[in-house]
Amino acid sequence: MTVHDMKHAASDSARLEAVGGRLSRVDGPAKITGAAKYALEQQLEGLTHAVLVGATIAAGKVSAIDSRAAETAPGVLAVLTPDTIMELKGASDWLGNPSPQPTYNPLAREVTYSGQHIAAVVAETFEQAVAAAALVKVWYDETPAIVDLSDGKAGDGIPIDAMTKEWGDAEAAFAAAPVRICAAYNTPREFQAAMEPHGLIARWEGDALTIWEPSQWLDGMARTYAEWFGVPFENVRLVSPYIGGGFGSKALALAHSAVAAAAAKMLGRPVKLVLNRPQNFTSYGGRAATRQTVAIGADRDGRIQSIVHRGVNETAVDGMWVEPLGSVTSIMYATPNFSSKQNVVRVNTVVPGAKRAPGENPSAFGIECAIDELAHELGIDPLEMRLINYAEQDPHAKKAWSTRQLREAFAAGAEAFGWAKRSPQPRSMRDGRQLIGWGMAAGTYPVRRAHGEAVVKLLADGSVVVESSSIDMGQGTYTILAQTAAETLGVPVENVSVKLGDSHFARAGVTGGSRLAGVMTGAVYKAAGQALDELIGLALSDPRSPFQKLQANTLQVRDGRIASSRGEGPELSIAEFMAAVGREQIEAKGDTLPASTTAEERYANYTTIAKSIPHTEGDWSRHSWCAHFVEVRVDEDFGTVRVSRVVSALDSGRLYNPKLAESQWKGGIIMGIGQALLEEGIVDRRHGRIVNGNFADYMLPTNADIPDIQTISVGIPDPHSSALGGKGVGELAIVGIAPAIANAVFHATGKRVRDLPITLEKLI
Amino acid sequence: MRDFSYLRADSIEAARNAAALPGAMLLAGGTTLIDLAKCGVAEPSTVIDISHIEGLNAVDVTADRAVIGALARMSHVADNPQVRNLFPAVSEALWQAASAQLRNMATVGGNLMQRTRCPYFRDPANFPACNKRAPGSGCSAIGGVTRGHAVLGVSEACIATYPGDLAVALVAFDAEVDLGERKLKVEDFFLAPGATAEQEHDIRPGEVITAIEIPGSAAARRSTYLKVRDRQSYEFAAASAAVGLELESDGRTVRDIRVALGGVATKPWRVRAVEDALRGKALDEAIVREASELAMEGAVDHGANHYKIALAPRVIARAILKLGETA
Ligand SMILES: Cc1cc2nc3c(=O)[nH]c(=O)nc-3n(C[C@H](O)[C@H](O)[C@H](O)COP(=O)(O)OP(=O)(O)OC[C@H]3O[C@@H](n4cnc5c(N)ncnc54)[C@H](O)[C@@H]3O)c2cc1C
Ligand code: SF4
Repeated sequence: MTVHDMKHAASDSARLEAVGGRLSRVDGPAKITGAAKYALEQQLEGLTHAVLVGATIAAGKVSAIDSRAAETAPGVLAVLTPDTIMELKGASDWLGNPSPQPTYNPLAREVTYSGQHIAAVVAETFEQAVAAAALVKVWYDETPAIVDLSDGKAGDGIPIDAMTKEWGDAEAAFAAAPVRICAAYNTPREFQAAMEPHGLIARWEGDALTIWEPSQWLDGMARTYAEWFGVPFENVRLVSPYIGGGFGSKALALAHSAVAAAAAKMLGRPVKLVLNRPQNFTSYGGRAATRQTVAIGADRDGRIQSIVHRGVNETAVDGMWVEPLGSVTSIMYATPNFSSKQNVVRVNTVVPGAKRAPGENPSAFGIECAIDELAHELGIDPLEMRLINYAEQDPHAKKAWSTRQLREAFAAGAEAFGWAKRSPQPRSMRDGRQLIGWGMAAGTYPVRRAHGEAVVKLLADGSVVVESSSIDMGQGTYTILAQTAAETLGVPVENVSVKLGDSHFARAGVTGGSRLAGVMTGAVYKAAGQALDELIGLALSDPRSPFQKLQANTLQVRDGRIASSRGEGPELSIAEFMAAVGREQIEAKGDTLPASTTAEERYANYTTIAKSIPHTEGDWSRHSWCAHFVEVRVDEDFGTVRVSRVVSALDSGRLYNPKLAESQWKGGIIMGIGQALLEEGIVDRRHGRIVNGNFADYMLPTNADIPDIQTISVGIPDPHSSALGGKGVGELAIVGIAPAIANAVFHATGKRVRDLPITLEKLI
Repeated sequence: MRDFSYLRADSIEAARNAAALPGAMLLAGGTTLIDLAKCGVAEPSTVIDISHIEGLNAVDVTADRAVIGALARMSHVADNPQVRNLFPAVSEALWQAASAQLRNMATVGGNLMQRTRCPYFRDPANFPACNKRAPGSGCSAIGGVTRGHAVLGVSEACIATYPGDLAVALVAFDAEVDLGERKLKVEDFFLAPGATAEQEHDIRPGEVITAIEIPGSAAARRSTYLKVRDRQSYEFAAASAAVGLELESDGRTVRDIRVALGGVATKPWRVRAVEDALRGKALDEAIVREASELAMEGAVDHGANHYKIALAPRVIARAILKLGETA
C-alpha cells in the first residue's frame, strides 16, 4: 500500500541492506510519525457507524428483542436483529470444507456464550450508535451454562483421535520405571490482546465489496466474504496496510465482519464497525484453557523410559478448536515408550483461536516443567537432564532433523547466563528478602511451509516495486522483502518500495505459524530473479541496448548499475538503460508453486490452509529450537515474582534480518513473561462471563516488568526449510518461557506452581 | 447521543453553584470521569469543568504543613522537592499510582474521588445489580470474582475496595480535606459502605474540594509508602501501607508511629491498633510482625481475596522495618 521513505531507514553499512543485514524497519518512520494509515483510519464519504449489542447470558435463547426505542433514537439508520439482517450464505472453513449450513446468520438467536452478538445499531455517528445500542432491550430464556473446564457439567469431553501419538508400551514402561513423576499442569484462557482492536470498514459498489480491515490473511478472508455474499472472489478487495498486532487473532473474517458488510449492503452506504475493548475479549477466541497430566518414568541415571501424556482443551459449544497439546511432548526428548492423547471439552465460550504458538506453547509448559521435576527428583542438573535425553532424531516421525542446533543453544545460553554457578538446592540463593531462582526450559516450533507469489517491477526511473497481498503486522515483512529484492536485483535498498496488504496484489496465504518470511522471501527471490533475467536478456539482445555489441553472455547489476562482469564496455544505471531501450517497466511475477499447478490448486493454496506442506514431508523433520535461561526474584513475604534476567539462545536457521528477528524473539519472551505471571481471563462462574475484559484488569507486562533480555542466535542455514535457509522466528520464543519461569520459581521458593499464572497468592 | 451540557467554571463560587445542580459532575483531569462515562457508569447531565480555575493548583509546603491545591497534578506533587523531603510517603504514594500519562493529567482532588475498580460496578450492562451504582439492587460481587475486593470495612451491601494510593498516605498523617465551608479529616471524609454503599464521601451537593492540608510531623518526615501489586507498575495495590516513624533518641524505641492500609479496605484504612501496640516498644522484627497482625482485626474474606489477610500485615511490617533500617 505504502511507499516507504527508505532514506530514513537505510543505515550506514551497505551490508545492512542485504539479506541477513540489520536494516531497521522501513515502516518505522511512518509509524512513529503517525503517517502510517491503518485500515480503520480510512476516511470515506458518507461513512456510517455500527455498534454491536452482546448477549448478557452465556446460554439460552433470545426470546424477544425490542428495538423501537433504538430505532427512533437520533441518527439511527437501522437496527439489525437476527430477524432483520439480510441472509448470508454459509462459507467454507479455513481448510476449504464447505459449510454444513447453507445459510449463515452472524446475529444469534441461540446464545452459546456471553457477549455473543445478537443485534447491531447503525447510525450516522459513532456516538449515536453507542447510545442507541444501549436502548435495545433483549429478553432471554436462559439455560444453565458450562462455564469452564472445571465445571461439574463439563465432563471428560470428546476424544480427538487425530491427536493420539503412541509408540512402545508407555503405560507398562512407566509402571516399571524405577523413578516416576506425574503431575497436572494447567493454563488459563488467555487473549491475544493486540493494541489495535478488531473491526472493519465495508463499502459496496454494486456487486463489488471493498473491506478495510486489519488482516493476517487477505486472500482467506476475501474468500469468506465472497462466499457469504455469493459474489465472485475477484469482486472482493481487502485492504490491510498495517496491522497493530494480531498474534493469530486476525486471520479470519468473523461474525462482526459479516454484520458490518451486511449492514453496508442493506443500507447502500459504507459502514464502520470497531469492537470496543470488552468486545475484543468475547468476539473471537483467545488461547483455549488447557489441562495436561505428564507422567515420566526414568531410570536412575535420568534416562527417560516412558512418557504418558493426557491433555484437554476447552472448545465452544458450537465450534471446534483443538490446541495440540502433545506437539512438543512428542518430539523434545528421546524415549522408547510414549503415549499422548487429547480430549476437547465444550464450554460456553466463543470458539477459542490461535494465539502465538498455539499447541506448542501450552505443550511445552507441561513437558518442560515435568522434566524439571524429574531432574529435581533425581538430583540431576536440569540442563544435564536435557542432554541425557537429547533426541538425536525426531522420536515421533522417526526422521532426521533438518537442522537442530538445540545442543548449541543449551551451551551458548548456559555460558552467557552463567548456569554453571547455579546452586542446585531450592531456596539456596537469596538477596536480602528476595529469594532468587534460576530456571531453564527448551522450546520448539515446527517449520510450517506454504507457497506464495510476488510481483517485482523495475520502473523506468530505476526504482523497484514489490507487490504482495501478504502483510506486515510488525514482524518486518516490508523490510525483509525490500532486502531480498535489493540483493537479488543488485539495487540499493532505498530504491525498493514494498507494497503489501491489498488482496488485489499477487497472492499470499495466511500469515501465521511463522511461515510468511520463509514463503515470501522465496517468492520475491524468484520474481526478482526473473525480472533480473529479463533485464539482462534485454540488455544482451535489444538492438538499442549499448550492451548488445559486447557479445557477452552475461552482465551484472550492482548498486543499480548494469555492467559487464569483465569490466569492459559501458556502465549504465537501470534508468539510463530503460531509457535507451525505451521500456517503461519490466514486470515479473514469481511464485514458489510447481509449474504444473492448476488455477484451482492455486486458489486453494492461497485461500485455505489445506495446502500447507507438512513439516515432516520427505526425509526431514523441520523445527526451530530454543533454550531459555531465566532468573526470578521472589519476595519472601509478598510472593511477588519478578523476572530479573533472561538469556535465550535460539535456532531459527538463517536470519533474514537479525535485528528484526531479535525483536520478534524478545516480543515472544515478553509475552511469555505475561503468560507466566499475569495473564488470565477470569470468568464469573454464575454468569459465564469474562469480568476482566479490559486492559486495566487483564494484566499484561509493563516495561517495568521486563528485564534486559539477551538473545543469541545459534541457527545455521537450513536448506530443507526454505529457499533462503530460514526457519520460523515469530512464535518460537514464546515456547518454553513460562516453564522456565515456573522452574525458576520452584528453585527460588521450593514451591511448584503448576497453574498459570503464578500470582502472589499461590506463593504466600 | 447521550447529551450533557458543558460548563466551564472560572471561579470556585461558580463551580459550587453549578455543582449543586442535580446530575452535575465536576471535571478535573477527567481520567476517572471520562472512563466511567464510557463504561456507562457516570451519566452526568452537566459537566462542570473546573480545570481552568486559577490558583487551585498551588503546592505550598513548610515544615508545619503542606497545603496542596485540589487541581495540582499528581506528577507535580510527587516531584515537589519539599513534599519528597517532608512527606516522602505522599510523594511515593503518588508516583507509584497509575501511569506517567495519567499522573500528568490527573489532579489530587480527583484522585481522592476516584471510584472503585470492582468489575461489577464498572459493567452496568451485564451486571445491573450493584448497591453502589443502584442502591438496593444488590451486590453482584458477593459470590462472584472477588480477588481484588476488600477484607476490611465491608458490609453485606458492598465489599468494594477503595483503590487509591494518595488517600492512604493522607489518613496516616491526619490530613484534612478543605471543602470551603468545612474542613474534614480525610479519614472521616471517606465512608465505609455500611447499608449505604452509594455514599462514599462526606461531600454535599455544591461542595468542591479546594485543597488538602497535611500537618507536618517527625513521623511524616520519616515515612514511606510500600505498594505490593501483581505487576511492577501501572497497577492498583494488592495491599499497600503508608507508614511514618519517629524514634526516641536511643534510635530504637518508637515514639510515634502511623500506619494506614490500602488495597484491602473499603476506605483508606488507618490501623491504630498496630500503632498503639508499637508505641514505646523497641523496633524488633518479631515484635513488629506480631503487632502488624493486629491490623487484620475484624477482617472478612470472600474466597479469592483471602490472601489479602495474610499479605497486608506483612506489607505493614516490611514498611516499618524498612524505615527502621534507614535510621
Ligand atoms: C488505568 C488506571 C489506573 C490507575 N491506577 C491508579 C493507581 O494505581 N493508584 C491510584 O491512586 N489511582 C489510580 N488511578 C486513578 C487515577 O489516579 C484517578 O483517575 C485520578 O487521580 C483522578 O483525577 P482526575 O483529576 O482525572 O479526576 P476526574 O476524572 O476529573 O474526576 C474524578 C471524580 O472526582 C470529582 N472531582 C474532581 N475534582 C474534584 C474536586 N476538586 N472537588 C470535588 N470533586 C472533584 C469528579 O466529579 C469525578 O467524580 C488509575 C486510573 C486509571 C484509569
Ligand atoms: S462490591 Fe460494591 S461496587 Fe461491587 S458490585 Fe457489590 S455493591 Fe457494587
